[in-house]
Amino acid sequence: MKDDVFVVVGAGQAGIQVCNSLRNSGFAGQLILVGDEPILPYQRPPLSKSFLLGEIDEQRLFFRPQTHFEKQSIEPLLRTKVIAIDRLAKTVSLEGGRTLNYTKLALTTGTRVRRLDCEGADNAQVHYIRSLDDSIALKNKLAEVERVAIIGGGFVGLEVAAVTRKLGKDVTVYEAEERLMGRVVSAMLSEFYFDLHRKNGVSLHMGDRIDRVKVCDNTLEIYANKQHSLDCDIIVAGIGAIANDEIALEAGLNCDRGIIVDNRCLTSDPDVVAAGDCTVHYNQFAGKPVRLESVQNAVDQAKVAASTMLGGEAVYDQVPWFWSDQYDAKLQIAGINAGYDKYLTAGRPEDNKFSIFYFKDDSLIGADSINDPSSHMAVRKIMTTKIASMVQIQENLDDLRSFAQQ
Amino acid sequence: MSKVTYRQADGSASTIEVPVGWSLMEAAMQNSIEGIPAECGGGCACATCHVYVEEDDMSKLPDLSDMEGDMLECVAAERLPGSRLSCQIRMTDEMGDLTVTIPSEQF
Repeated sequence: MKDDVFVVVGAGQAGIQVCNSLRNSGFAGQLILVGDEPILPYQRPPLSKSFLLGEIDEQRLFFRPQTHFEKQSIEPLLRTKVIAIDRLAKTVSLEGGRTLNYTKLALTTGTRVRRLDCEGADNAQVHYIRSLDDSIALKNKLAEVERVAIIGGGFVGLEVAAVTRKLGKDVTVYEAEERLMGRVVSAMLSEFYFDLHRKNGVSLHMGDRIDRVKVCDNTLEIYANKQHSLDCDIIVAGIGAIANDEIALEAGLNCDRGIIVDNRCLTSDPDVVAAGDCTVHYNQFAGKPVRLESVQNAVDQAKVAASTMLGGEAVYDQVPWFWSDQYDAKLQIAGINAGYDKYLTAGRPEDNKFSIFYFKDDSLIGADSINDPSSHMAVRKIMTTKIASMVQIQENLDDLRSFAQQ
Repeated sequence: MSKVTYRQADGSASTIEVPVGWSLMEAAMQNSIEGIPAECGGGCACATCHVYVEEDDMSKLPDLSDMEGDMLECVAAERLPGSRLSCQIRMTDEMGDLTVTIPSEQF
């Protein structure tokens, strides 16, 4: 095992977790972490929240200091792009001509942002948030402008809306669908967020598709549904992400808008694992293949991937969870509520503390909680250990924690 | 600068200086102190940065928020009177030195 070389491609949350889990499990071989950014792995969630708002500085984003990599003999190869995998030779080719041999390979390549593709969108005043550099560029720009248009009413867009309102900007959000965060949350929660943003002074345009951005001196004119809709100084687009699965696809690994892995995080090659946002896996809680973009999925899959690289037996079976911070509302999502047929609420939106529990075929499949972490944590525990009916949840609403422990 | 001692469940300990404004969780991460995964990065969303604060030090800390109190109900290791989430304790000028113990499990 000492002669083994494990290569991890992608230095984000999943990549660093694979490395740490390998070392914590006693892996004694060579361990190389390849990343295309110029800096050590850092946390992305604050880039659209506290970091953008200026509450925390850059240094506090890093998962681990430089000394950690030295102590753990993790070799970061930064500013380095992997351009190809040769699975027969068991090598990866790096930009610039270098080649790395591997005994086991982990792909934690993450995603990249989907870019606006309407007329005029290829413009320096159209911002995206994926990397630290993106967030710094936006933060600096926000210091000089007043009118911000946000395209996309999903997590990232709405978090940026909350931050820019806190900074006192004029904020307009465009969402192409009829409701906010429609891909993830229920209609009732979409409505709560619509009201929350409106109360905080955001203009919301629902069902409006942007078809043109026109630059006039320092102003951007936004055209929606063929009509001039708004003048603004900058645009922030948060319209989704695309899995970085190209090198896997070109190497002949099974992919479907993401690298397909099994519950041991194995790809279609027994020496190649993958973890995090770049993967597609059959999720037992969703009842179908999904590609999850979340810290939870990145961390838990990475731990399983590391185990698999070492010949271990771990399987990925954790309840998915997500969170979002907007104004004074902390949203915590447990499970995947797609396809629910009944729901139950506890608490009231007016009190800014409530939960919605979702059921499918009379079993609990998830819950969305606003400022209600005990319900959220209880649901995660319940879904891990048992099948709970709507009646059972209703009867135990006052003390879900005890029910979870029964 | 105030010093914080992090004791592991096995009895080993490390003492580090924590800058004002940093949380005890961030200081632990930046000094490679193990046992505090802090998956959500300080959002008070995951309850994986649980620590036990020494009884003598408890009065120096900011009060528990409702959110932190609720999350503490759900920590993996036993909740004790000194239980806190280390992401919610920010060092201040007045706080002074602290000692915390990291539980053996966070999940």
